[in-house]
Amino acid sequence: MTDWSGYIGLILQGALVTVELTVMGSALAVVMAFLAGLGRVSRFMAVRALATTYIEFFRGTSIFVQLFWVYFVLPFAGVTLSPLQAGVLALGLNVGAYGAEVVRGAVKAIGREQREACIALNLTRGQAMRYVILPQALPLMLPTFCNNAIELLKGTAVVSLISLTDMTFQAQVVRAQTGSTLIPFATILVLYFLMALAISYAMRWLERRMTRGLDGVRT
Amino acid sequence: MAAPIIRIDNIVKRYGPLTVLDGLSMEVLPGEKLALIGPSGSGKTTILRILMTLETISDGHIEVDGDQLYHMPKNGSLVAADDRHLHRMREKIGMVFQHFNLFPHKCVLDNVTLAPMLTKGVARAAAEKRAMELLDMVGLADKAKSMPAQLSGGQKQRVAIARALALSPKIMLFDEVTSALDPELVEEVLNVMRKLAAETDMTMLLVTHEMGFAHDFADRILFFDRGKIVEEGKPDEIFRNPRQERTQAFLRKIIAAGHRV
Repeated sequence: MTDWSGYIGLILQGALVTVELTVMGSALAVVMAFLAGLGRVSRFMAVRALATTYIEFFRGTSIFVQLFWVYFVLPFAGVTLSPLQAGVLALGLNVGAYGAEVVRGAVKAIGREQREACIALNLTRGQAMRYVILPQALPLMLPTFCNNAIELLKGTAVVSLISLTDMTFQAQVVRAQTGSTLIPFATILVLYFLMALAISYAMRWLERRMTRGLDGVRT
Repeated sequence: MAAPIIRIDNIVKRYGPLTVLDGLSMEVLPGEKLALIGPSGSGKTTILRILMTLETISDGHIEVDGDQLYHMPKNGSLVAADDRHLHRMREKIGMVFQHFNLFPHKCVLDNVTLAPMLTKGVARAAAEKRAMELLDMVGLADKAKSMPAQLSGGQKQRVAIARALALSPKIMLFDEVTSALDPELVEEVLNVMRKLAAETDMTMLLVTHEMGFAHDFADRILFFDRGKIVEEGKPDEIFRNPRQERTQAFLRKIIAAGHRV
């Protein structure tokens, strides 16, 4: 009879790495989403072009290939990253590209009337964005951001391919050592699900908080 | 006689093949209350939007308070206005919109204080004090902490008027400010505007379909049709004895539709 407690401990260590990757990857994704999303609506052609290139490139190539580039190819350019850094970078850039379109869509959804009110009140474009457009656009972004965060969580499994000991990697280790597939993979199934659930609830809470007082405004 | 505060000279506005304003010229004196009337699509709202810099012009010149609106003289030629110039011109002008355009995520008080704090660097306490005076003027001091969604249309429009006034513009533009309101709410907004006209010497341009109000409110009426001013004059002249046939036809239609003149 196998003593499972040690193996489960191994998987929990992996879970910690997965959480770490998800949190840091999401943080980078949010930054990239806003940079590129706002870049897409910039009035400067060069900024729009740069943002579009980033988005199309990272949406159009697979996360798997991106990760290998970051980890195995960048060192040839003199940039050597740890597996964790490489994982966060690839995941953040990849999901950020999707998020950028969410930001752009939400900003565009705030109508002409609000923009014209800002002009009539003599706000600068930056002030209008910061105080009027973004506060209204943010609640519109959250449901899709929630999707993106869960996608990112599940995407973290690919980092096991660059020898990062995340939850999936550890499950494979346990499987190799015990010969059991059911228990390690049932364990990480439940753990991934619980993590996704946590993201869901956190986002819903955030959404409620942000739309407080706005009831009945959006039609 | 004082120099005009607005001088519009031969402006043309085209949207693709459509010519909305066709060589239009007009002048407005400081403190004058002007009502722009005419059928839909005659270009009267476009004039206000151009003055507010929401639209550019295809040709012609506009001067507001002695400065060119869209072009600045530079080294002997005219160049397109930069942001700084636009902001300087927008400071002189305020606008109230048909659909209020309040900021739904901010309470009434914050709607009014936002722009003075951001654009003029007014401290919060001073901005709130002034905002409360203005809200009191429009009869909504008790709604300062309400969200726009909790207000009626008439109340929203009165907040929008207070918000525009908070920047103390020299010129106020009112674009069909009662058209989106239920009939029973129109009067409360018009009352605020009557009070404003009586108490301030602001220059006011009003686009409206409320002929009775235009008659009482305005020093001068401009009748627009197809991108041109067809007729202008004192309210009594325009409403009692319109000279132009198109003005007569328009007023007949309005009266037939049940509007009071």
